Amino acid sequence: MHSVILHTATRLLISLILMFSIYILFRGHNQPGGGFIGGLIAASAIILYSVAFGPQWARDAMRLPCLSTAGFGLFLAAASGVLSLIGGAPFLTGLWYEPHLGLSMHLALSTPLMFDIGVYLVVVGALTGIALELEEASA
Amino acid sequence: MMLPAVLSGFVVGAFAPVLLRVLGERASWVLALLPAALFVYFLSFVGDVAAGETLRFVTPWVPAVGVSLAFYVDGLALLFALLISGIGTFVVIYTGAYLHGHAQMGRFYLYLLSFMAAMLGVVLADDIITLFVFWELTSLTSFLLIGYNHTEWASRRAAMQALVVTGAGGLALLAGLLLMSAAGGSMALSELNAAGDVLRESPMYAAMTVLVLLGAFSKSAQVPLHFWLPNAMEAPTPVSAYLHSSTMVKAGVYLLARLSPGLGGTALWFDALIIFGGATMLTGAVLALSQTDLKRILAYSTVAGLGTLVMLIGVGTPLAYKAAAVFLITHALYKGSLFLVAGAVDHEAGTRDILELGGLRRAMPVTFAAAVLAGLSMAGVIPFVGFIAKEVMYESALHTNGLVTLVAVLGNALTVAAAGVVVIRTFFGPQPELPKHPHEGPSALYLGAITLAVLGFLAGVFHPVTSANFVMPMMQSLSAAHLGHDAGHLFLWHGITWPLVLSLITLALGIVTYLAWDRVRTGIRAGLTRVGWGPDLGYDQAIAGLEWLAAWQTRVQQTGYLRQYVWVSFAVVAAALAASLATLGGGPDAFTLPAGRLTEWLALALLLVGALVTTTVRSRVAAVAALGLVGYAVALIFLLFSAPDLAFTQFMVETLTVVILVLVLMRVPLEVTAFRRRSGHVRDAVLSVAVGAVVTLVLLGVIQTPLDKRLSAFFAKTSVPEAHGHNIVNVILVDFRALDTLGEIFVVTVAGLSTVALLGMLKRGRRSAGEGEG
Repeated sequence: MHSVILHTATRLLISLILMFSIYILFRGHNQPGGGFIGGLIAASAIILYSVAFGPQWARDAMRLPCLSTAGFGLFLAAASGVLSLIGGAPFLTGLWYEPHLGLSMHLALSTPLMFDIGVYLVVVGALTGIALELEEASA
Repeated sequence: MMLPAVLSGFVVGAFAPVLLRVLGERASWVLALLPAALFVYFLSFVGDVAAGETLRFVTPWVPAVGVSLAFYVDGLALLFALLISGIGTFVVIYTGAYLHGHAQMGRFYLYLLSFMAAMLGVVLADDIITLFVFWELTSLTSFLLIGYNHTEWASRRAAMQALVVTGAGGLALLAGLLLMSAAGGSMALSELNAAGDVLRESPMYAAMTVLVLLGAFSKSAQVPLHFWLPNAMEAPTPVSAYLHSSTMVKAGVYLLARLSPGLGGTALWFDALIIFGGATMLTGAVLALSQTDLKRILAYSTVAGLGTLVMLIGVGTPLAYKAAAVFLITHALYKGSLFLVAGAVDHEAGTRDILELGGLRRAMPVTFAAAVLAGLSMAGVIPFVGFIAKEVMYESALHTNGLVTLVAVLGNALTVAAAGVVVIRTFFGPQPELPKHPHEGPSALYLGAITLAVLGFLAGVFHPVTSANFVMPMMQSLSAAHLGHDAGHLFLWHGITWPLVLSLITLALGIVTYLAWDRVRTGIRAGLTRVGWGPDLGYDQAIAGLEWLAAWQTRVQQTGYLRQYVWVSFAVVAAALAASLATLGGGPDAFTLPAGRLTEWLALALLLVGALVTTTVRSRVAAVAALGLVGYAVALIFLLFSAPDLAFTQFMVETLTVVILVLVLMRVPLEVTAFRRRSGHVRDAVLSVAVGAVVTLVLLGVIQTPLDKRLSAFFAKTSVPEAHGHNIVNVILVDFRALDTLGEIFVVTVAGLSTVALLGMLKRGRRSAGEGEG
């Protein structure tokens, strides 16, 4: 779509929306948010980009093919469940590792987080895949 | 040990292609070590089983529903396991020479060894689900083996036909087994057999018996389902020798034998088995004489043999069980041998047509010897085991009734003639011009045939060994009552008795029929042509009818109009909800208008406005945007009732839905009203009001029942200490119910994949159309 306003606004907005989506993804465990919503937000950013500049630009910006992103997300989510199997716990049992980084900071790494990142990638990949393909088909 | 032994065929089979690439055709000798080792392993049970013991091996499989990988070794199972592994050894060796130079031999071995494993599973299984799974695996591997020459139309048809017939029978068998299990209260065949009286008195007895018989009859090619077996001769000869004469087709017979203590002993069982078995015996024996292809003659005579076994099991006396056991051994040995001979003849002479063959005794002396020995056993000449089988068969038939005796004599006489045709016509007389210059093939081609034929001779001469180790234990498996230790004794010489007289009559009749074979053959063929219809043609008609039905049903149901699908779906939802409200109750008792806050009323007003605009506006894009407004209003309501996660997601989903819908609708240039009449509007309006009204009633009914807070309380309590998360919704999604989420994102991925694939097809189609124009 040839609109200067849309182009300029998109350039400004897209990085903000994407960062916001990642923020939403990570805060999800304790406050409203999570991988599903984060993924939807990120997908909307990429769809906005493709509406403004065309689907090929959006594909180039994604680097990875959309469906590969979704596939990798599915793999990540499933793999997070398999990790607990190694320890003999049932499939998808949550495992936590919280190293202290000093200065009263600590990091919480967990398989539910890995799972949520997987969900995020699946939603982004599948939705952008469908939307970009539709855009190209209707062009 | 038993589970690895049964499954080893699948594992070794998977490595067969690699082994073949490394070792070349010598690999067949290495692969033959597996069935040989299994044979030795099963042989180690013979002593215990002959002493009257039975062994059970159980590995849990799906303990939640009581399914286990249970295996049971008794006389019946052991005899079959020995035949499967023993004949399997020779078939594996034979294949190496028979398929010499074939590019896909590795694949063939994969199928063959997988079949062997499946067949072992069938005969050793004690759990009904295990039995069924292995049973279906034999059908599948048989399909792959029959269709091995997949470039031939006839092979593909035969493979499909065998799969359809035995697969349908397999489903009937599953239903029958489940009924048995429900009535008898156990999943174990050994326990169901012990509870025979319960089964026979069950009101479901007739249903379960008919279903089980359907499964067994389809597998063991009983009339009128026999047609797939001769067609299966399209398979390479090792397959015919192994699956379609000595093992798989006997799975049905095995099943009848296995279940006869549980289901047998009733008039239904007796009549069904004797009528179908006897009819099959005669049909097979007659049709065998109408053929000139060696393999098809043998195939029809196998049909006759299977009929014989079914009939004997139906008779159900210890004497008949003895006859069945001896005949089973006899048939497996001579028929396996003769098939291997037929394959060797085909391989060396270049034809299997009896009318073109003759005089091969000089060129192929070892094969000739095997054919003669096997043929004598088939004809039932003293002292071969076939003679004993016939004697015992007549003895048991004479104790049953005249009809069974008559059928047995006729069937056997025709079998004698068939044996004569196969052996004498092929190997005696002058040698005509043949497509190839015949000579004895490599040892792998005759080793199996001669060994099996000699075993047929030895089993007759050393009949006390045969009796004590194989016949007697199998008889005991079939009989509900305990048998005396001399019940299984065999005799070569009874003195001048009725069975001997009948044997002599049989031989005489057989010889006369053989001498008149040319006239008999043309006579049968003329008769068949005059009838003009057979089960094989009936199969084609049934398949054509099925295809017509499927096409008709698709035409009616799948119109391709999205609006019809949506309309029907909503109509079904409305009708189902209304029906359950009407019959089960649960609707609202009273309705009071809630005193909502102003913000809530505003959100509701927004929703109504959106809905009204959606239904009245003319532009599609405007309608989509208005629909988005409805969604936003719903999200607003979620927010007002403090469900931020839900509201958040709803906002995003609505936005993306509008974008995607607009993208789709850009491809559809039509206006809303373009092809709709007034009646269409009215119909849609009625449906929407109906759906809305019913859903409202259900919701009102739901909110007046008290909310069960146990789950919410559990999640609220455990969310932080066990899952380290304060956002309960997200903790449920990624931890407590992560498996559900995994399923959902799988669905999302598949939806993405299929959409992209469909649109990609569209794009490619358009591109190639464009190229066509350019």
